[in-house]
Amino acid sequence: MHDRPSPLLLSVLWIGIAILYVPILVLIAYSFNASALVSVWGGFSTSWYTALVHNDQVLDAAWLSLQVGVVVSSAAVVLGTLAAISLVRFTRFRGRLLLTGMVNAPLVMPEIVTGITQLLLFISMLHVMGWPHRGFLTICIAHIAFCTAYVTVTVQSRLYNVDRSLEEAAMDLGSGPVRAFLDTTLPAIMPALASSWLLSFTLSLDDLVISSFVSGPGASTLPMVIFSKVKLGVTPDINALASLIICAVGACVILAGVIMRRADRRRTLDMQLAER
Amino acid sequence: MTGFLRAYGKWLIILPPLLYLLVFFLIPFGFALKISLSETALSVPPFRDVLQFSADGHPHLSLNFDNFRYLFTDEVYGLSYLYSLKTAFFSTLVCLLVGYPMAYAIARSSKSMQNILLLIIILPFWTSFLLRVYALEGIIRETGLLNTALLWLGVIHQPLQIMHTTAAVYLGIIYSYLPFMVLPLFATLEKLDHSLLEAAADLGSPPWRSFIDVTLPLSMPGIIAGSMLVFIPAIGEFVIPTLLGGPDNLMIGRVLWDEFFGNRDWPVASAVAIAFLVLLVGPIALYQHYSTKQLEA
Repeated sequence: MHDRPSPLLLSVLWIGIAILYVPILVLIAYSFNASALVSVWGGFSTSWYTALVHNDQVLDAAWLSLQVGVVVSSAAVVLGTLAAISLVRFTRFRGRLLLTGMVNAPLVMPEIVTGITQLLLFISMLHVMGWPHRGFLTICIAHIAFCTAYVTVTVQSRLYNVDRSLEEAAMDLGSGPVRAFLDTTLPAIMPALASSWLLSFTLSLDDLVISSFVSGPGASTLPMVIFSKVKLGVTPDINALASLIICAVGACVILAGVIMRRADRRRTLDMQLAER
Repeated sequence: MTGFLRAYGKWLIILPPLLYLLVFFLIPFGFALKISLSETALSVPPFRDVLQFSADGHPHLSLNFDNFRYLFTDEVYGLSYLYSLKTAFFSTLVCLLVGYPMAYAIARSSKSMQNILLLIIILPFWTSFLLRVYALEGIIRETGLLNTALLWLGVIHQPLQIMHTTAAVYLGIIYSYLPFMVLPLFATLEKLDHSLLEAAADLGSPPWRSFIDVTLPLSMPGIIAGSMLVFIPAIGEFVIPTLLGGPDNLMIGRVLWDEFFGNRDWPVASAVAIAFLVLLVGPIALYQHYSTKQLEA
């Protein structure tokens, strides 16, 4: 179905896209507003950006969030990939339905419910075993759980589309199953692993509700700091911070998308050459 | 050793994610259930364990259903739950009405255009949810872009009060969740066999008729998956009603948050969460059914 969409459809599409982007663009524009009054344009200025560099509360929170993000996405990619392999390759095993449920439920489960239940688990664990204390560790544990679900779904759809004949050929040539998988299928799903790492990182970096529940005193992630400031209204320094985050994430996603498409294209080309 | 690996090797792959999600996602609901059945107490943590040991070491189980009874006697829970359902339902409906033509237009574009459009739709989903809700505030507040533009155009003479109203909550949910609706819809519409539409046209069916008879039923899995992706999280939404809504927009997520952090009544908060979860089981099962079907197709 690739004939041109009608003008009416196209206009709905572009209006929808405009709705998605206008608020973000306005926010970025206002982050360069010299006036402290958010409603008055006082000329171009980068003063809110320089003010951020001296804001220790924001810098500490950003550092904590970045650390959490790296730990969480790395762990989630490993667990999620294992889960995806289990669900795609092992069609029958005890607990398959349970695993399917546990990777789909976090995608739709309201964060507030997940947050409360996980906090209650950590409290009970601390009560019984004296571990873990709430903070960095509990935030990581909680984030890994929902990020694993996102990784699983992403990798799973890629695995379904991977041609298994290469892996079978490698096994026919004497590779063990693990070796054959690592040599043939793993490179094919590598783009999915990379994009799900990035997805987990941004999800973790953005999470407010779950972090607020499972975090302890002294451990405030970036969204927690932003939320407490934003509740008081629109502030120009948060505009600057928000613009920075949005642009950094946007640039990473676009860059990753371009690199992965290029790698993908080269791979298909190699495959076509090999088939000749 | 190799024999052992061959027999049990697959469990080395299955068990780590299975156990992790079991311990840190599923079992926590058990703890919430346990605490919802305990009594509130002035202690740290603020509840009495359901399992108490008497002086001579005999275990003594005391289940307290008062928290659940309380949910039915105090109107605020029932009302906020119904209000959340209503808000989520109408926002999902609007998302569907806006998202369907968008997904349809993307599905009918050329392959290279599709990739670009998909990236454009996905990009806001990657950038921060919290910051996008905040960005929306810059548009709809009294001195925001929308009011400024409408005043300038002479459409209105007084700025519209949108912030801290129900309209702001609806706008916030629709704005934040629209990509979740478009993506599953696109996935089903893209797979649609165009020859079916041609056959319908050949047999004399007008385009709107073919749409209702062919396209709409075939895109049902996408409609349901997309709607559930919007509907379920929207019921429990906390950030949007808190930042954009007013004091009247008491959604269940806000009530839960206040119960937990404001009143520090953990047993009641757990009971609210459990009752909420029970009501979500149906929609979640529906979502899982259709998303698995879509994935394996």
